[in-house]
Amino acid sequence: MNGSGTILVTGAARRLGAAVLRDLLRHGVAGDPPADRIVAVDLREPSPEDRVEGVETLSADLRTPEVAAVIARVRPHTVLHLDVLAAPSQAGSRTAMKERNVIGTMQLLAACQKAPSVRRLVVKSSAAVYGCAARDPALFTEDTQPHRPPRSGYGKDVTEVEGYVRGFTRRRPDVAVTVLRFASFLGPNVQTAFVDYLSLPALPTVLGFDPRLQFVHIDDVVRAVRYAAGDTHPGTYNIAGSGVLTLSQIARRLGKPTAPIPAFATSAFGALLKRIGAADFTGDQLNLLTYGRVLDTERMVSRLGLKPHYSTAQAVAAHAETVASRPLIGPDAVAAAERRLTSLLAGRAVRRESRTLRDDEAQRESDAAVDEADWKEDG
Amino acid sequence: MSEQHTPPHAAGRPPTDVIDSVGRLLGGPDWERRAARGLAFLRRRITGDYEVDEFGYDQELTDNVLLGACRPLYERYFRVETRGIEKVPAQGGALIVANHSGTLPLDAIMTQVALADHHPAQRRLRMLAADVVFTMPFVGELARKAGHTLACNPDAERLLFGGEVVGVWPEGFKGIGKPFADRYRLQRFGRGGFVSAALRTGTPIIPTAIVGAEEIYPKIGDIKPLARLLNLPYIPVTPTFPWLGPLGLIPLPSKWYIAFGDPIETSGYDPGAAEDPMLVFNLTDQVRETIQDTLYRLLLQRRSVFF
Repeated sequence: MNGSGTILVTGAARRLGAAVLRDLLRHGVAGDPPADRIVAVDLREPSPEDRVEGVETLSADLRTPEVAAVIARVRPHTVLHLDVLAAPSQAGSRTAMKERNVIGTMQLLAACQKAPSVRRLVVKSSAAVYGCAARDPALFTEDTQPHRPPRSGYGKDVTEVEGYVRGFTRRRPDVAVTVLRFASFLGPNVQTAFVDYLSLPALPTVLGFDPRLQFVHIDDVVRAVRYAAGDTHPGTYNIAGSGVLTLSQIARRLGKPTAPIPAFATSAFGALLKRIGAADFTGDQLNLLTYGRVLDTERMVSRLGLKPHYSTAQAVAAHAETVASRPLIGPDAVAAAERRLTSLLAGRAVRRESRTLRDDEAQRESDAAVDEADWKEDG
Repeated sequence: MSEQHTPPHAAGRPPTDVIDSVGRLLGGPDWERRAARGLAFLRRRITGDYEVDEFGYDQELTDNVLLGACRPLYERYFRVETRGIEKVPAQGGALIVANHSGTLPLDAIMTQVALADHHPAQRRLRMLAADVVFTMPFVGELARKAGHTLACNPDAERLLFGGEVVGVWPEGFKGIGKPFADRYRLQRFGRGGFVSAALRTGTPIIPTAIVGAEEIYPKIGDIKPLARLLNLPYIPVTPTFPWLGPLGLIPLPSKWYIAFGDPIETSGYDPGAAEDPMLVFNLTDQVRETIQDTLYRLLLQRRSVFF
């Protein structure tokens, strides 16, 4: 096959990489041309549970020119660049994360630019490129210019990554480049800053703000990568589950109490949470928890043809199941309380009814009797 | 409670009747049914089992709580009378454009109540608000839940394409924060963004004149340094505020009229019409003059500010 049907996957030792590899194998690596070979590249060997049979595993450091040698040897047709890390914990430190994201992408794209075999490139990006501000429109389309571009953290990384990808697209117009801007991931085994946040016993919120949030289930992330890898869909796509939930709704659905923090105290509080390693409540994450972010996914449906299996609400429900969260006041308890109170009301009405029958005469004149009959008819 | 301690005259009146009369007093004859509905509502709120749209609009909360809270103000306090509310289409998108006044945007809120309560199709008004609204805690949150969003073309067009009635007060802070001496004199109408949104979506523009809101907080001064400090567009001085403290926040009970004008159709123009600045300016002027004329006409008919 002269390597024409080879898919190279970066970040393959991580959970998402492994899930994508399994999915590609299960679905027969369809596409145009059909891939006959999958090469998985990562810095380290995958852990035993993330090892995928049936793919070639290579360890290479994307941050070094080593990757050029790999590309030249493997001669991939399609490159799936998934080695874009969302949280410092995934790389060890913020510095390492930034290096892997930005320098890794630079090196990989430089290598791809020199490889005539590469015809298709799919890059994992994030909705974090939009930043979030009060002055942004309610929904971000792929063409929305952010009002306040992210200046730190993951958002800045993906902004830089996308900048390099644009440069690559200009220099290699023959390569179909797809950029997938994902909403926050949720689902089994997903470890993100937001999942850490949701695992806090009480959710700190910014007093007087109830952001609209959106999520994408990890299964739909994997499908989006497969759709993008299997056919030519050049362009940028927002990927998110349909619908939105407000933060207060999420807290209620998970049965978690919220702890509103006044805006002036959030940075001190966030620094404290960070120091004890509980969760990230600073920078981009704090902005997200203040103003929220919603994506317009029309292009995802109409051009990529992806209809997510999980809506935002379903992704949150799936998250609640996987963490087996024990809510402070469960929905069952609330529903039971409601039933008890309602039956109390109905019981009162019935008791009143029988009394009415007893002192028929006395009550007949009053309008109340009519009302009670109505009530009885209604059940 | 045992039988022998009950006074004889109360024997036939068990204490449940007290609950009943309180219930009737608060909720009317079918208060039990209403209470059951209220309980179901509470359960949904506690468990998060309700929907918000992508703008954050919480229709359940708006219909059950927010509109109800504003209704006494509408019915009893300002005694709002509407004219031509049936000119707002029963379905599909429409753009309500109105004059802005009164220091606080009560005029916008009353227009929302008018359309929800008194329009035959009970239309829900989605307003376009200034960006400062969404930077303020609580205010921004409440505005989104009540269905409002940032005044920008993408949001306006998305709502209009979705068949919503959108409300816009194009004078913005220039209108709502103008001195009392300038009452009922329309300010500049922005840059005509609302006209291009209507043209792009082919929705009718309904020029709307609101009389009465100018007199609720007669703004006779402005504490500019404090406003700058708090990042607000103005801190008004009225005959009662800040002199009477929180009492000064009570609006004057003026009598209000909201007159909805004849729709200006935009569906007849070419698709590229929104890119024609001349046409946009002309339509903007037409809307502005219609509202100004209606205001003058209503003011002539008005007998008094308060009755």
